[in-house]
Amino acid sequence: MSAVTDAVPRPARPNPIGQSVRDSLVVAKRNLIRMSRIPEMIIFGLIQPIMFVVLFSYVFGGSMTIGGTTDSGVYREFLMAGIFAQTVTFATAGAGAGIAEDMHKGLIDRFRSLPMARGAVLTGRTLADLVQTALTLLVLAIVALLVGWRTHTNVGEVLGAFGLLLLMGYAFTWIGALIGLSVRTPEAATSGGLIWLFPVTFVSNAFVDSDQMTPWLRHIAEWNPFSATVQACRELFGNPGVSTSGAWPMEHPVWASLIYSALIIVIFRTLAVRKYRSATA
Amino acid sequence: MPGAIYAEGLVKTFGDVRALDGVDLDVPEGTVLGLLGPNGAGKTTAVRCLTTLLRPDRGRAVVAGIDVLAHPDQVRRSIGLSGQFAAVDEYLTGRENLQMVGQLYQMTAKAAKARAGELLDQFNLADAADRPAKTYSGGMRRRLDLAAALVVSPPVMFMDEPTTGLDPRNRQQLWEVIKQLVSGGTTLLLTTQYLEEADHLAHDIAVVDHGRVIARGTSDQLKARTGGERVEVVVHEREHMATAAEVLRGFGKGDTTVEEHTRKLTVPVTGGAKLLAEVIRELDTRGIEIDDIGLRRPTLDDVFLSLTGHVAEAGDEEDGADGASGTPADSRGRKRKKETVK
Ligand SMILES: Nc1ncnc2c1ncn2[C@@H]1O[C@H](COP(=O)(O)OP(=O)(O)O)[C@@H](O)[C@H]1O
Ligand SMILES: [Mg+2]
Repeated sequence: MSAVTDAVPRPARPNPIGQSVRDSLVVAKRNLIRMSRIPEMIIFGLIQPIMFVVLFSYVFGGSMTIGGTTDSGVYREFLMAGIFAQTVTFATAGAGAGIAEDMHKGLIDRFRSLPMARGAVLTGRTLADLVQTALTLLVLAIVALLVGWRTHTNVGEVLGAFGLLLLMGYAFTWIGALIGLSVRTPEAATSGGLIWLFPVTFVSNAFVDSDQMTPWLRHIAEWNPFSATVQACRELFGNPGVSTSGAWPMEHPVWASLIYSALIIVIFRTLAVRKYRSATA
Repeated sequence: MPGAIYAEGLVKTFGDVRALDGVDLDVPEGTVLGLLGPNGAGKTTAVRCLTTLLRPDRGRAVVAGIDVLAHPDQVRRSIGLSGQFAAVDEYLTGRENLQMVGQLYQMTAKAAKARAGELLDQFNLADAADRPAKTYSGGMRRRLDLAAALVVSPPVMFMDEPTTGLDPRNRQQLWEVIKQLVSGGTTLLLTTQYLEEADHLAHDIAVVDHGRVIARGTSDQLKARTGGERVEVVVHEREHMATAAEVLRGFGKGDTTVEEHTRKLTVPVTGGAKLLAEVIRELDTRGIEIDDIGLRRPTLDDVFLSLTGHVAEAGDEEDGADGASGTPADSRGRKRKKETVK
């Protein structure tokens, strides 16, 4: 038997965290190469939020009351944080579809047969999605500036807002990862990753002032993790939409946003990694 | 002392399907075991259990001297897996695919790059190395997938239906690659639905059906179980058939079968090549011109039939799997054998 064990390539065991980071980056690089070779995916990912910017600002613009005014310029500034936030959550579908496709194509089996860090396949994918989200956000911010969106705070606060958006987007891709591992086809992962995002992003303060909602909807909207990030961004951008609500997340939106995102990451990462280890195509 | 791949009493159920129903395997180091069985027999499930992808409900497995259930991480360092469907990233080039796998086997980026180059040469993919794998043909993808399984030259390899869906030329090519590989001392477990393939590549064959090993042995041993050899003659002139039949009757151990339209005569014999030479001499003496003559031993198709009482029919088509598992040789074999059953 010794002949067999001697022949086993057994590289010195690197420290597990180092290996985990390295493996995740290898997988992230792979996913980024993939994405760069399917540019139409990135383009479609941009068209929708840009369309929302234009449609919401010009169609709803004059009929929305924000802070007592129906001025469409005010609504446009109010709106942008909501659209930014909604856009970053759409990464959920991309992550889910990507992982479902890897399962379907047998790549997950290959990865699982390799001596690589647990969770690196999923972390790599979510990191790549984070890069894509950041790019989408950049383009969207430029479009927003073109239609008249402005910030009224310092650079640090504006960057902080984008940081919160990216963190939430990253957290949501872990939900996508879990969905991707749970369904049978990439198509199912795409719809499964998107459908629930509509209620989550619309029953919120993203597009309308939640103070004007019926009480029960308002409570949901105010405690919606998504609303916390939107509210935090409005504050950090200095955009209109100051909440008069006494709900804790609305009074401390930055903290609420951080806590919600961290919780989502911890919970869904744990579930997804566990699912990955027993995944069967 | 267990071999490089050892399994004992593996059981795996999916709902009420008993995919593995007590499988024992023992593959000595440096040999090739062919796991032969129809679609749905449990081949993939067995491979997945041995390669740490699936936890069996019961049983024990040792691969490269390491307990699979206790130390899956260590097992992964010592195995290469080429799964039933080529697992390559279509949007990555062949080179990028191999580099990635090398790095995930914990090679440095530089070493992974060098190794990728070597494998691309070895597998005849150098020209296509920098094209995305989605431009590759089925055979090229398979080779790339196999190369990925060989990145660290693992001592133990698993290949799940490596040539399913390939045309005969690509299959032949892949067989050469596999033969070369095992001549280097790698222990290989190979699953196949192609009886010919197991015959060609494997030292030992385990026939599986309904999650059980129903027979094992060398290809010769299995063939011997289905009865002896026979001489087949194709004569040139139809009018010589009667005389030829008379000659064969003299040598045969049973009834001579005659196929008029193909001018083919078959008779069961014992005595092997020596007897064959005598038959040829006798036919020659009588002035019978022959197109073809040979000593035929039973094929593995015959083996399967005699073992199970049914032909190697496909089970349920694999769930969700793309149609790539449609097996030309399988259905060909089936049609031929259906007639034998009646
Ligand atoms: N993940 C799974 N879930 C449910 N049934 C499965 C699963 N994998 C395999 N099976 C069933 O187990 C049996 C054996 O399948 P498999 O090992 O794939 O056979 P083979 O590879 O020999 O074609 C089949 O009946 C198949 O449908
Ligand atoms: Mg199979």
